[in-house]
Amino acid sequence: MNLREIRDILDATVFCGENSLDREVKSACASDFMSDVLAFVKNQGLLLTGMVNPQVVRTAEMMDMCCIVFVRGKQPDEVILQMARERDIVVMGCKQRLFIACGLLYSKGLAGE
Amino acid sequence: MSEVKLTYQVDGGDLVQAGEASSKMKMTLKKLGMPAEAIRKAAICMYEGEINMVIHADGGRVEVEVGLDKIVIRLIDHGPGIPDVDKAMEEGFTTAGAAARNLGFGAGMGLPNMKRYSDDMEVDTIVGVGTTVTMRVDC
Repeated sequence: MNLREIRDILDATVFCGENSLDREVKSACASDFMSDVLAFVKNQGLLLTGMVNPQVVRTAEMMDMCCIVFVRGKQPDEVILQMARERDIVVMGCKQRLFIACGLLYSKGLAGE
Repeated sequence: MSEVKLTYQVDGGDLVQAGEASSKMKMTLKKLGMPAEAIRKAAICMYEGEINMVIHADGGRVEVEVGLDKIVIRLIDHGPGIPDVDKAMEEGFTTAGAAARNLGFGAGMGLPNMKRYSDDMEVDTIVGVGTTVTMRVDC
């Protein structure tokens, strides 16, 4: 699934990385605990979270993830977006709760592992 | 490539910005052409260690030795030390406060994650003096 499809499924707003929506991700991870993301993720390219702070971008960076989706209508600030741009990470936001956002993507074929 | 030595200072004051040293190390390892999987493991190990340093020890210093077949990361702090290392290694055990949890850390996963991603890890700690964590990631 590419990031454009993910944007459309979640009716998400792209905050940065608009030109990189052709990127493919095979699986995703969802958590508000960054240490859990660091513990259990292998090759997921997408991180869904309700946590909004610079450590989310750092966690995605360490895990080689190419896209972050902030759920529940959370709005990243410019510091977060600038960090993401520097690391070539696409950032989106959607209105759904984490559970619903995951369910939508999963039902359309995005795997968790 | 002969062995490359890198040193980073970790500022203790700012938990929001913690991770800068790990980010720099990761970029340097990429430039050195190290294998991607080893880079990711080393980056996670150092990142969790760096967060720990900021939460518990008011910062410290990180020394990294990059060789052909391994990356050795040494985190050195002069914090309070760890009274019970076995307990600290248990998943879910934490002494971190609300500030760490508000950023998605402090869930008692830091040291276990460092152990999980390193091929060898040693914790040398003296209560009241400080802690040195040495991790080796094989390439």
